[in-house]
Amino acid sequence: MNAALFYMTALAAVVTAAVVVLHRNPVVAALSLAAHLCSIAFFFVLLSAPFAAVIQIILYAGAIMVLFLFVVMLLDPGGEGINGRVGRIQLYATLLGAGALLAAIVPVVLGIGTTGGSPVPSGFGGVESFGRLLFTDYLFPFEAASILLLAAMIGALYLAKQEID
Amino acid sequence: MDSVAALLSGSGAVASAIKIAVMIGVVMTAVAYITLAERKIAGFIQERYGPNRVGPWGLLQPLADGLKLMFKEEVIPTLAHRPTFILAPAITFTTALAAWAVLPAGEPFSFFGQTIVPQIADLDVGVLYVMAIASLGVYGIVLAGWSSNNKYSLMGGLRSSAQLISYELSMTLSLIGVLMAAGSLRLGDIVQAQTGSVWYIVAMPLGFFIFIVSAFAETNRAPFDLPEAEAEIVAGYHTEYSSMKFVMFYMSEYVSVTLSSCMMTLLFLGGWHLPFVEEMLRGLADPARFAVHALIFGAKASCLVFLYIWVRWTLPRFRYDQLMHLGWKVLLPMALVNILYVGGAILLGWF
Repeated sequence: MNAALFYMTALAAVVTAAVVVLHRNPVVAALSLAAHLCSIAFFFVLLSAPFAAVIQIILYAGAIMVLFLFVVMLLDPGGEGINGRVGRIQLYATLLGAGALLAAIVPVVLGIGTTGGSPVPSGFGGVESFGRLLFTDYLFPFEAASILLLAAMIGALYLAKQEID
Repeated sequence: MDSVAALLSGSGAVASAIKIAVMIGVVMTAVAYITLAERKIAGFIQERYGPNRVGPWGLLQPLADGLKLMFKEEVIPTLAHRPTFILAPAITFTTALAAWAVLPAGEPFSFFGQTIVPQIADLDVGVLYVMAIASLGVYGIVLAGWSSNNKYSLMGGLRSSAQLISYELSMTLSLIGVLMAAGSLRLGDIVQAQTGSVWYIVAMPLGFFIFIVSAFAETNRAPFDLPEAEAEIVAGYHTEYSSMKFVMFYMSEYVSVTLSSCMMTLLFLGGWHLPFVEEMLRGLADPARFAVHALIFGAKASCLVFLYIWVRWTLPRFRYDQLMHLGWKVLLPMALVNILYVGGAILLGWF
């Protein structure tokens, strides 16, 4: 049952990701990205991490992607398609990305570094265990990320204000 | 009856399917009659009769409306983006209904020796699930606005996305107070916590106020119905929709109204708990107690639905900048103050 669900979700994730890259209509691409994020959330459910799944949907699909869609609709880039020419920098970036992806996939496929299926402890992935980890083991990264986000927000405000002035 | 009880008690596919069927039946019937209630109450407020031709007191009006809309011609504009134009009402309607999965209708009760949980899925993250599904509902409206290829529709879609993002924030923040006091994200536990102490509307009136105002905005109801403000942008995002596709938008609005009324009942009004009644119910058999609980729950939710309708026909629509001002500069700081207050109250051991 779980395997069937996994393969269905995986198929959905791959297809939607491909549509994001390949579709000419930016709104369809953005919508497809939202669908992709939802399928990632479903992976979290299958990995018995419901809290991560719900947060994934609230933050990425529910808030960030809506803003993306908002901007795409406002600017309406319309007919701007892919012109088919690839610059040198794009080529290097593509090769680098593909290499990194391959380096991540190959060990998993060959089964290197995986510990096999150990049973999930009870309460794993729930709100309580999540919160406990966040405020004990991962307190420093959590706070560092918040400060980083605050700095980014102030920076964005400053830049936007300069443009208005 | 034994076999029926056994079928309903498990968490298997059959039990879930039956519960889903019951849930959809109850919600859709409620929605049909809320549309009638809205027109009747609007008539009362405006000193006219409202629908009274079909059936006694117009009770068959929803049926007639449904039939009429089903036989209307369905128009898809030539220049519309067809796939998303068709997808948009489906997204809105699905997300409006999907959120109901975690709402409990009462406590688990025993029925012919089997324990039945009157809830489709008792999730650990219940409240957050509702918020997540509700946050996806905006896609339907935004896509409807964009795919219609009509500037009024687009304006409606844009307004709605900005409005929903703004008010979701204060809504979630006002929820945090409830979650802190109850110490759980499960809706059943939250009701239980209120049964033990006081209803949260008494404990944190500010939180309730912020939640209800944000809920009005989230459901696109007056005085926050700017996405479909008929005086400025025809009918906003659903200008180009007709027949059953329009019905799906129309019903989603009422499903959301019912959903947020039920949510507010569970979160702030003590769900199926009523002071003094609990003692009287002690002698009753379990299924009967569940029935009384469900009735209390329904009555409270109906009061809130009435409030929704009352507000719609009483208050004039906000201007767009006033809406943004209220969301970001009034409700958001107030929600933060509410969190501080609840934190302090917990430290002092008030609840």
